[in-house]
Amino acid sequence: MTTAPSLIWLILFFLVPTLIVYLFSFRPSEIYGGIGEGWTLDTIKSLMKTSNVIIIFRTFILSLIATAICLVISLPTGYALSKLRGRWQQLLLLLLILPFWSSFIVRVYAWKFLLHPEGFVKQILVSLHLVSPDAILLYQPWTVILVMVYNFIPFAVLPIYAASEKFDDHLFEAAMDLGMTPLKAFFKVFIPGIRMGILMATLLVFVPALGSYVIPDVIGGPQTEMIGNKIVLKTFTERNIPLASALSAFLSLAVLIPMLIGAIAQSRIGKSHSIKGGH
Amino acid sequence: MPMSSLLEFQNITKKFGDMTVVDNVSFSINNGEFFSLLGPSGCGKTTLLRIAAGLESPDSGRVILNGQDITDLPPNRRPVNTVFQNYALFPHLSVWDNIAFGLKVKKRSSQVIDQEVGKMLQLIQMEEHAHKKPSQISGGQKQRVAIARALVNHPDLLLLDEPLSALDLKLRQKMLMEIDLIHDEVGIIFLFVTHDQTEAMAVSDRIAVMHHGKVEQIGTPMELYEAPKSSFVAAFIGDTNFLDGKVTERISDEYSLLDIDGLSQPIRCYNDKKIRIGELIHTSIRPEKMHITRKKPKETSEINLFEGTVEDIIYKGDHTKYWVRVDDLRLAIMKPNSRFILDRTEITWGEKVWVWWHEDDSYMLERYSETDTNMTELPSEAIGEVEEHE
Repeated sequence: MTTAPSLIWLILFFLVPTLIVYLFSFRPSEIYGGIGEGWTLDTIKSLMKTSNVIIIFRTFILSLIATAICLVISLPTGYALSKLRGRWQQLLLLLLILPFWSSFIVRVYAWKFLLHPEGFVKQILVSLHLVSPDAILLYQPWTVILVMVYNFIPFAVLPIYAASEKFDDHLFEAAMDLGMTPLKAFFKVFIPGIRMGILMATLLVFVPALGSYVIPDVIGGPQTEMIGNKIVLKTFTERNIPLASALSAFLSLAVLIPMLIGAIAQSRIGKSHSIKGGH
Repeated sequence: MPMSSLLEFQNITKKFGDMTVVDNVSFSINNGEFFSLLGPSGCGKTTLLRIAAGLESPDSGRVILNGQDITDLPPNRRPVNTVFQNYALFPHLSVWDNIAFGLKVKKRSSQVIDQEVGKMLQLIQMEEHAHKKPSQISGGQKQRVAIARALVNHPDLLLLDEPLSALDLKLRQKMLMEIDLIHDEVGIIFLFVTHDQTEAMAVSDRIAVMHHGKVEQIGTPMELYEAPKSSFVAAFIGDTNFLDGKVTERISDEYSLLDIDGLSQPIRCYNDKKIRIGELIHTSIRPEKMHITRKKPKETSEINLFEGTVEDIIYKGDHTKYWVRVDDLRLAIMKPNSRFILDRTEITWGEKVWVWWHEDDSYMLERYSETDTNMTELPSEAIGEVEEHE
């Protein structure tokens, strides 16, 4: 009974709108921006057009690269954070979440200023002869990845830190005692030991990265257009609501399916834990 | 040929910051011995075990195993395996995979692994649980898997770090016997770390009692109990009556007369250490070495005889424990209930009784100096009274 309000809330404001979006994908579009009568599969089919496929493919590649970089950075960072004690740990955790106290939009625009031809980062790189004076730092795919990584890294570090904190260090010692080198023990014992943390980190970075809109819009250029940008374009400029809906439906399923897999995996682990009962 | 000394600690010192945790410890353990490190928490016993495992490196000193200096070898290159305090089983691996872990690391053939793991599962009687995850088995089973996982590698030395502390009392006794049986089976050195004197006494060939980073005494359980070299050992192993006193007179080569604080007459005491007249000492008398009777026993020169009043009684079935007021002291006396006669009334509260012990059964020990911090390690009631170990 206590879950009823949240259930109603979810049905009204999440399930119903999502289903409406899914429904619109099967409606024909009208030239003046309205939604036509009847049903059609043309919009869904048009997702297969080369221009759309390229954008879908690009969205996944950029998100995957950003997620991979986030994981590579957050594994040692999260582990090191979990090993720190007292003041230092608190300070670094605070620094990690400090950016959230300012607006996301402001932080993305800040990167635009940093990477701007007259910007701080550009000037330093030029003075170090690392880039030529006429190189363009903004609007490149790697720029978008850089800002995505910057923005999502706390979501990767925090679950890995939490999992490392719970990891029993004696397992490391046991692995070495049984003949493993420390490096091998890291991969064979530590990584499997914090796998739920890694799964959480992956989902928390990959899912929002797929839905990126502001970052490619502000930092990126024509070469970095992602599904999010396409949806905005179709909705507000071309007024093709059914195509925008089809893109949204595709994106939301691409987000929901990995989440669902994660949830199933978690409930399985939950089951195996519940067997030990009293412990 | 003399028995080869297999594991040797040579002048091991280990400090954590300003704390000297292990203080210049040297001793050796013989081939196949079940050897215990016994002491209160913080005495350095676990650190010494971790030094043997290679998980801690000593600030100075060497560890020699089978004549080879292993001090600088990392844990993964030592022929040593450890049973950790909380088992440290890999939660993501099944029982079978946990046991196979060390063999897989050593890249043994799958045939050998199958065979060896099978043998171990049989030894610990867990064949039917091979596929289970550690979270699905009981504490005692985890314990056995941890032992199997270590032994499957055929180490020269097995280290057991308080392996029973996470189990309840009944299971602890059962597992202790199992560990002892496994030791008989495999015949390698077991180095067993524990704070529980009954555990150590039950299974060890020899015990090193540690205190403040130093080894107080090494000996068989019987040596430690019957001939403790220090007050700390006497108090830590078993119950005892500690009496404070002073050597006043030499009776013969081996016996002296002592003035005991709180007793009206001097006592006779065995003095093999030849402690000089005038020295302040402790004397320790185990409760079971004292006798309590209604009738005055025949007085001989070899016994110390006192009259007292029963203040407290604990009936424990196989024996009864009496606390008897003798002059200004309260003495603990254990009387075995070897006969039960229905219509006999047992000694009871407030009765006047005779308390006596043989002169050989009081044991002289050094007296703590007032400034010695060791003093605080003993429970306050241990002086002139008894420390209860349950």
